[in-house]
Amino acid sequence: MSDGAALSVLGTPGAVALMVSAILFAIGVLGVLLRRNAIIVFMCVELMLNAVNLTLVAFARAYGTTGHILVFFVMAVAAAEAAVGLAIIIAVFRHYEVVDLDRFHLLKW
Amino acid sequence: MIYDFVFFLLAGGAVLGALMMVTRKNPVSAVIFLVAVFFCSSGLFLMLDAHYIAVINVILYGGAIMVLFLFVIMLLNLGHADWRDLRGPFGGLIGGAISVAFLALIVRNVIGGAGSIAPEPAGEALRAATRAQGIVGVVARPLFGDYVIVLQVTGILLLAAIVGTIVLARWRPL
Repeated sequence: MSDGAALSVLGTPGAVALMVSAILFAIGVLGVLLRRNAIIVFMCVELMLNAVNLTLVAFARAYGTTGHILVFFVMAVAAAEAAVGLAIIIAVFRHYEVVDLDRFHLLKW
Repeated sequence: MIYDFVFFLLAGGAVLGALMMVTRKNPVSAVIFLVAVFFCSSGLFLMLDAHYIAVINVILYGGAIMVLFLFVIMLLNLGHADWRDLRGPFGGLIGGAISVAFLALIVRNVIGGAGSIAPEPAGEALRAATRAQGIVGVVARPLFGDYVIVLQVTGILLLAAIVGTIVLARWRPL
């Protein structure tokens, strides 16, 4: 792409927010791949969800409030997911006494 | 302009906080930096004319979910920085390569699709709707109108999550 297109993308706040959310999502992916602590991996998943919310809000500026509704549902699902995921971490911790993801290999080939 | 300055400040704060969160050894510091990221992204939501979303982002993410994380860290006694849980150089290289490739893919698509996303009307329609219906009304009107079925299904999902959490967290299995 030419420089003009890149400049026009960086020109509006919504486009900058898209870039920021892409970076945040990539950092979340990096954390999921890089860390072994199950709780921190889980927090990185929350970061990725938040990056997606930022994308939806940025698009809502151009396309109407449907993006806000989607963000609302994403947050509800994220809350449910956090509760269930942390309960799973607690249940696993009772068995193994660690939260090291490399030690959980029952379902690994 | 002051708008641009604050916008880039919040964006930089979010990215910096996310990087700090990924690299902290102590889970408690990671939680604190993640809260900072959520506050910065709430500021970005405000500047993108999503006032209601900004408020529930602070209350739900920064308040409820992060307190839940802190609570579990406290419950499992994990708040010590004595465990370097980053993967080795090989795993780090692979993880970094995958995430950089992912970022490049997204950025390429955003820039490549400039024609379709760039000419936003600067949120003018959104601001007009907010003036007409109020901050909550902009979200609540479609939520209880067109999307009411989805709202009910979300309620069922939350009920299932409550039941599942209680079953999982019981000391003795049922």
